[in-house]
Amino acid sequence: MLSPKQTLDTYYLEARRDLLEVAALLDRYDEAVKNSDGSAAKDRRLVVLREAMEILASPDHANSDRTKQLLEHFSSIS
Amino acid sequence: MQIIQPHYHAIARTAQDYERMAMSGVVAVCEPAFWAGFDRRHPETFIDYFAQISEFEPTRAAEFGIRHFCWVAVNPKEAENVELTNDVLSQMPEFLDKPNCLGVGETGLHKSTPNEIAGLEAHVDLAMKHDQLVLIHTPHLSDKAHGTKTVLEVLAGMDVNPDKIWIDHVEEQTIDWVLDAGYWAGMTLYPVTKCSPRRAVDILEKYSTERLLVNSSADWGPSDPFTLQECVVDFRKRGHSLQEAVEIFHNNPCRFLGQNPKWDIKPIQISEA
Repeated sequence: MLSPKQTLDTYYLEARRDLLEVAALLDRYDEAVKNSDGSAAKDRRLVVLREAMEILASPDHANSDRTKQLLEHFSSIS
Repeated sequence: MQIIQPHYHAIARTAQDYERMAMSGVVAVCEPAFWAGFDRRHPETFIDYFAQISEFEPTRAAEFGIRHFCWVAVNPKEAENVELTNDVLSQMPEFLDKPNCLGVGETGLHKSTPNEIAGLEAHVDLAMKHDQLVLIHTPHLSDKAHGTKTVLEVLAGMDVNPDKIWIDHVEEQTIDWVLDAGYWAGMTLYPVTKCSPRRAVDILEKYSTERLLVNSSADWGPSDPFTLQECVVDFRKRGHSLQEAVEIFHNNPCRFLGQNPKWDIKPIQISEA
């Protein structure tokens, strides 16, 4: 098992990349809304993504189960 | 579709990359001088390296029908060795005369130290004296914003023609500064660091593409020459026409690099029968 430092040394840049991809997706969505005729319907998936980020940002993950929580959260989309 | 790889470190890649690039439409690669992964100690090492990318590498690319061009410079990471930098600079004009050499690059900054800045100024000065194009590397990750600003400050204090200068590795935080100053801006698509293919398409959609270049990543580290094709595919998936893709991924490199008469590949227009 990796040490805490080794874990970040190994995966920090990939996590940075993945967060930038999420940021870019949200920017892309906002631009698309701006360029649409104003009738863009509220999409549940956007809400689910934002809620997922709130789950990640929460400091309370004593069981190291963020992934499980997110999968359960994403399963709320039918 | 015909594609140009404007920034490709071929000596770090296999022949299989050339073969696959040829199969996916790449017609030319341009190889800037690069850091070898360790700091070279001898000017002669650079001279042999310049010979490799100006004489041997074109023959390897030609086996797959791909044109190979190069640039020469001391990499910013090695500019701390001032004596070495000056010695190599004094021998660079010989290579600027090579038939596939497009200019001076990649020079630039890494940690933006005084010696790096002096090296950048010396490279740009040499390029301007020899009427050459310049390719400028900007730093990675947390050094990027400061390094890019410093590059622009250095150039602002010199007598340069912005049309002939390509500032590379821009991202969302730096692209405005580069384009507003009138330079060409390059995006470099890496699997993990720098820009991603999708973010590059976002940038292409947001900005005027007139002075934008898109590079894959192709070196000895974690990199992937086919991030460029990924970018092309994402660009097309978003509904942009084949001609619009050709303008960015083939014709823009032709327009910038074609300022050097050695670059004889012309912009192309897709016509429907």
